[in-house]
Amino acid sequence: MIQNELSRRRLLGLGVGLGAAASLTLAGCGGGSATTSGGAAGNGGKDYTGPKVDLKLWNGFTGGDGDIFKKLVQQFNTEHQNIAVAVTTYQWDDYYSKLPGAVSSGNGPDIAVMHMDQLATFAARGVINELDDVAKALELNEGDFAPTVWKGGLYNDKRYGIPLDMHPLGFYYNKSVMQKAGLDPEKPPTTKDDYTAALAELKKAGVQGFWVSPFQFTGGMTFYSLLHQWGGTLFDGEVQKATFNSDPAVEACTWLVDMIKQGYSPANVGQDADYLALKAGKNAFNWNGIWQINDIAKDPNAQIGVAPLPQIGSQPAAWANSHNFTIVKQRAADNNKVSGAKVFINWLSEHSLDWAKGGQIPARKAVREGADFKAIPNVSTLAVELDYAAFPPATPGLGEVILTFYNSFNEAALNKKSPKQALDDGVAKANKQLEDNRKKYGS
Amino acid sequence: MADVIEVGAAREEAPPPAGGKGRRGVTQRGSRATPYLFLAPYLLLFVTFGLLPILFGLWLSVHQWDLQLPNRPFVGLDNYRDLFDSESAIYGDWWSSVKATAIFTVFSVPLLVVIPLGLALLLNRSFPGRTFFRAVYFAPYVLGVAVIGLLWRFLLDANLGLVNRLLGAVGLPADTPWVTDVPWAWVSLVGVTVWWTSGFNAVIYLAGLQDISPELYEAARVDGANGWDRFRNVTLPGLRPVMLFVLTTTILASANVFGQSFLITQGAPGEETRTVVWRIVDEGLRDNDAGRAAAMSIVFALALTVISLVNFRFFRYRED
Repeated sequence: MIQNELSRRRLLGLGVGLGAAASLTLAGCGGGSATTSGGAAGNGGKDYTGPKVDLKLWNGFTGGDGDIFKKLVQQFNTEHQNIAVAVTTYQWDDYYSKLPGAVSSGNGPDIAVMHMDQLATFAARGVINELDDVAKALELNEGDFAPTVWKGGLYNDKRYGIPLDMHPLGFYYNKSVMQKAGLDPEKPPTTKDDYTAALAELKKAGVQGFWVSPFQFTGGMTFYSLLHQWGGTLFDGEVQKATFNSDPAVEACTWLVDMIKQGYSPANVGQDADYLALKAGKNAFNWNGIWQINDIAKDPNAQIGVAPLPQIGSQPAAWANSHNFTIVKQRAADNNKVSGAKVFINWLSEHSLDWAKGGQIPARKAVREGADFKAIPNVSTLAVELDYAAFPPATPGLGEVILTFYNSFNEAALNKKSPKQALDDGVAKANKQLEDNRKKYGS
Repeated sequence: MADVIEVGAAREEAPPPAGGKGRRGVTQRGSRATPYLFLAPYLLLFVTFGLLPILFGLWLSVHQWDLQLPNRPFVGLDNYRDLFDSESAIYGDWWSSVKATAIFTVFSVPLLVVIPLGLALLLNRSFPGRTFFRAVYFAPYVLGVAVIGLLWRFLLDANLGLVNRLLGAVGLPADTPWVTDVPWAWVSLVGVTVWWTSGFNAVIYLAGLQDISPELYEAARVDGANGWDRFRNVTLPGLRPVMLFVLTTTILASANVFGQSFLITQGAPGEETRTVVWRIVDEGLRDNDAGRAAAMSIVFALALTVISLVNFRFFRYRED
C-alpha cells in the first residue's frame, strides 16, 4: 500500500505512535453519487476574478513536507485576496478510506492530493473531476514529465491529476560502517559485482550489510525495483493479468532472499528495523524512499549517504510514485470554487521548486533541470533515477492487487514458501482480484 | 399507621380529599409512561446506532455496494456465497482471517479467565501495599492499543529488540522471531493481550469476591473445609454470575482483536495473523466493497451470537 509511506516516515522521524486508531465508522448511508458538471469551469486556472471562495484542501503530508506545504499555501492566500485555501492533513493510511465517505456525505475537500496509482480508482468511482483544461492552460505536455507520470494521470483518455512531484526509491548507505569494513565511504557500490563484493567485506568485518525487510517498507519496494531491473513487470501491458511470477521476477526474488541465506541479512527483519539498524550502524545498505532524506538530514554526523539505486539486474530501475493534485466533485456544483481550485493548482505547480525542499522531486522538467533545483542536496542526486523509474500502472482498484504482490514477497522473505511458490500463489490470487475489478469497473 | 388513623378520623368532617382518587389516577397514567420515558434515550441511541445499522448492513450485504459507484446492483446472496466458495478471490483471505481469529481466541480466553482470577484472589487478601499492587496490575489497561502495540513491536523485534537481548544475556536463544513467524507471533499477541487486559478482568473478579458474604467462609471453616474446599464450594459458586460476564465479554473482545496484530505483527508472516475485523475493515474501507464487508460482519456476528448463547446455556445448566 503506497499510502503508508509518509506516516511511516513520521513514525521513524518522530518516534511517535502510529495512532492508527482505525476508525470503524462505516461512512454509511451515502446519499447517491456526487454529480456535478463543474469540470469545465473557469479558464483552466489562469486567473479567477469572481467573488471570494473558501477552498478546503486535503493532503497526507504529515512529515516535514507538511510545514513546507502549509507555508506555500499561506503565500498563495496572501497573493490571492479572493481565494482562501484551508489545509487539512491526515495520515495517508486514513486518508484514502476517509475521502470517499466524506465526499459522498458532502463534507469532502475541494482539492485533494493523491498518489498517481490511486487516480484511476477515484476517477472511475466518480470522486474527482476532469482537468484537461488545466493541463492546457498550464501548457503542460508529456515532454514536461516522466512519460509514465504524465500518462498515469489519464483515465479513459481524460486527465484527472496534475502531477506535483515524483518520489523514487534511493540507496542509503552508512559511511562509518563502510569505513570500518575497509570500504571507500565516498564510493557506494553501483553494480552487482561491487555490491556483493562490498557485502562480503562487510561480513568479514562482522556486519550484516543489507537487511532485507519482508514488509512493503522497504523489502517489498526493493523487490519491486529489482524485478524491473531483471526486466520483469508486475502486470501485462493492459493490466489484464499479473506477471510477477515470470522467470525474471523469480530470479530477482531469489537473489534478494538469498541475501538472508548468505548471511548478508538477518532473518525475520521487523518493520522499520532495517532503517533503524542503518542509522544505528548495524546495517550498511538500505533501499528506502526519497522521503527519508529529511530524516537523515537531522543527523549531525551526516554518516548516511544517498545515491541512486545500484544496478543489480540487466537494466537500471527504481520503484517510484507521484503526488498529484485533483479537484473533487461536489454534490452541489460551484463553478467559482472549481475555477479557484484550478488557479491554486496552477500556482503551486509553478512554485514546485519550493516543494522540492520538502524532499520530493518536482514533476516539471523545467524546474528539475534548473540550477536552483540542482543545488538542493540529495534530492537532486536521486532525480537521475526518473529516466528509469518504474511507476505503478494506472488501473482502477489496483491498490489491493499490489498488496497481494507485497504479501507474496513477505512469504518468500520469511522463508514460508520458496520464491517461485510464493509468487505463483500470489499471481493466482491477483488474477482473481483483477477479474473482480474488471466486473466492478467494467474495464 | 398514625397517618392512616388521622385520615380516617378526618374523613367524617371533610369529604375525601378532592385530589385523592384523581391524584392516584394521575400517578397511574404517569407510571404507565414513565418507564418508556426512561427507556427512550437509550432506545433512541439503540435504534440509531444499533438497529438501523444492522438493518442497513443486511441491505448492503445483498448488493455490490461501493459508496461512489452510481450503480449498486442487487446480487442476492453472492456476497455470502463468495465466503464459502473456494473459487472466489476472497475465500482464502476470509478463511485465513477466521483461522487467525480462532487461534487467538482459543489461546487467549482461557488465560484471560484464569490468570485474572488468580490475581484477584491474591489482591483480595490483606497485605501491605495492596492498593499499590491493585493499581500496578490494572495500569496497562489504561494505555491505548496504539501505545502498547508500538511499545511491544520494538521490544519484540527479532534483531533489535530488548526481549531477545535479555534472553541472550541469560543464555537462551536470542534470535526468536517473535513478530514475524508463527507460532511465536501467536505467543507474542496472546502474551501482550494477557498483559494488557488482565487487570480489567481482575477488577471485575475482585468486585465479585467482595460480594461473597464472609459468613459463608466462616460457616465452611466451622464445617472443617480447607482452603481448596472453600475455594471450590464457596468462592467459585459465588463468582458464577461474574464469571459468565467475564467469559462472555472476553470471548467477544478476543474475537474482535484487531489493533494488536495490525501494529505488532502487521499480519506477518504473509497474512497469517490478519484477523477477521481487520479483513472487514480492509474489504469495506480500503477495497471499497461495503456489500462484501457487510456480509462478513453478519456471518461473524451470527457466529459470535451462537457462541455467546452456548456460553449462557452452559452456565445456566450448571446453576440448575
